[in-house]
Amino acid sequence: MTVLFYIFAALAVIAALSVVLQRTPVYSALSLIVVLCALAVVYLLLGAEFMAAIQVIVYAGAIMVLFVLVIMLLNAGREGPIERSRLAHWLGVPLLVVFLIEVLAVVWQQFPSGSTSYAPPMDAGPAAIGTLLFRNYVLPFEVTSVLILVAVLGAVVLAKKQL
Amino acid sequence: MATFSDTTFFLIAAVVKVVVVLIALLTVVAYAVWLERKVVARIQSRWGPHRVGPHGLLQPLADGLKIFLKEDIVPHDVDRFVYWLAPFLAFTLAFFSIAVIPFGESITIGGREVFFQIADLPIGLLFIFAVTSLGVYGIALAGWASNSKYPLFGGLRSSAQMISYELSLGLGVVGVLMICGTLSLRGIVEAQRGLWNILLQPVGFLVYFMSAIAETNRLPFDLPEGETELVGGFHTEYSSLKFAMFFMAEYANIVTVSCLATLLFFGGWLGPVFGPPVLRAVLPLFWFALKVLTFLFVYIWIRGTLPRFRYDQLMAFGWKFLLPVALLNILATSFILAWRSS
Repeated sequence: MTVLFYIFAALAVIAALSVVLQRTPVYSALSLIVVLCALAVVYLLLGAEFMAAIQVIVYAGAIMVLFVLVIMLLNAGREGPIERSRLAHWLGVPLLVVFLIEVLAVVWQQFPSGSTSYAPPMDAGPAAIGTLLFRNYVLPFEVTSVLILVAVLGAVVLAKKQL
Repeated sequence: MATFSDTTFFLIAAVVKVVVVLIALLTVVAYAVWLERKVVARIQSRWGPHRVGPHGLLQPLADGLKIFLKEDIVPHDVDRFVYWLAPFLAFTLAFFSIAVIPFGESITIGGREVFFQIADLPIGLLFIFAVTSLGVYGIALAGWASNSKYPLFGGLRSSAQMISYELSLGLGVVGVLMICGTLSLRGIVEAQRGLWNILLQPVGFLVYFMSAIAETNRLPFDLPEGETELVGGFHTEYSSLKFAMFFMAEYANIVTVSCLATLLFFGGWLGPVFGPPVLRAVLPLFWFALKVLTFLFVYIWIRGTLPRFRYDQLMAFGWKFLLPVALLNILATSFILAWRSS
C-alpha cells in the first residue's frame, strides 16, 4: 500500500509540475486530469472509495471536460514566453526556493518525524457522508448551493448582455 | 486434486474471469455490428451482409481482417502524442467498465463461491459513471489532435453533449438508488427480487435510456459524427486500427449501457430458474444475456427509424426536458419513500 501511495503521490507531483511547465494549453489540461486521477487513487488507498469516485466523476469527468472544451473552442495554440519584467526574471526562482523552504519548515515543525499517527478509521461510505452533509453541515451545504446559483445567474446575465 | 490457498484461488479465478469476459465482450461487440447491419438492412428492405458464411455470420471476421490490413494514414499536421493517445483512451475506458458488471448468481467450485463478476465494488455504479465520464476525452482529444476543421467540430459537439446528458444520466438512476439503498450493482439486483425497478421507476428508466443513447453518441443523438454535416466527425482523420478502436469503443459502450439498464431496471439475471443443477447455474446467465440483447436490438431499432436531432434541439431537449423530469422524479420518489417510512 505504501509503495502504491509513493507511486501515485509522485505521479501527482510530476503531473502538477507539468501543468505549469507545458507550453500547449491542452497538454496542461491533460496533466491536470492526471493529477486529479492520481489524487483519486490516493483517496482510494485511504479507504475513501466514494470520494475517489466522486473526484473522478466531478473533477476529471465534468469540470475538466469544460476546461478542454473552452481550450478547444478558443483554439489556443502554443504559449510563448512573454516580455518578462527584469524583477521577475532575477527574483522569481530565488523567491520560489525561499517559499518552498518555508513551507517545508512549517510542515516539519508542526509534524516532527515520529509524531505522525494514523487517523482512526472512519466510515467514508456514501451513507455516512450523506448523513454528515445533511445533518451536521446542512447550513454550509445550502449556502454553497445558493452561492453557485448566484454565480450561474451572474454568468447568464453577463452572457445575455452580449447577445 | 491439489488444494490451493485462498490467495492462489482468488488470483486464478480473477485471471480466468478477466480472459473469459474480455473474449466474450469482444465477440459481443463484433456481432453487435453484424446485428446492427442485419436489422437496419431489414428495416430498409435490404438483405444486409449475406455473402460471408451463412447469413453473413462470418462478416465480422472479414471486417476485422480488412481493417487490420488497411494502410494507417497519419496526417501531416496532427499533434502526434494526443493523436495516438485518443483512440487508446476511448478503447481502454470503454472496455474497463465491464469489470464491475455482474452477469449472474454465484456458483460453487471446490467448496468456494465464485461470482460471475470480475470485481464486486461497493460503489460499482459510481465506478462505471467515473469511467464513462472519462471516455469523452477519447473523442474530444481525437477532434482536437486531428488539427482539422470537421474533427474539431465533432470533438466540441461531443464534449458539450456529454456534459449535458451526463447530468440526466446520473440523476435518472438516483431514484433506483434511493429505493435499493446501495451503490453495489449486485446489491441493486438482489433488491429487485420481489419487483423489478422498471415498475417503480418508469420515468427514471426513460430518462436513463434516452441519456444513455446520447452518451454513446448514437442516432438520433450522433451529432459528434453526423456524416451529413461533418464528414466523419471526430474520427475523420483516423484510419485502419485506430479507427477500429473508436468503432469498437462505441459498441462496447453500447453493451455497457445495455448491461447497466438491465441491472438497474430489469432485475439483472433474475428470472424463472428451474431444472437440474447445471440448468440452474446457466439460466441466470441466459436471462441476463437475453435482456441485454433485447436492449441492443431496441438501440438498433431506434437508430434505424429516427432522424437526427438538430444541435439546438439536442441541447434544449437535454437541459429543458430531461433534466427537469429527472429532478421531479427524484422529488416524487423521495416524497413517496418518506411518506411510506413514516
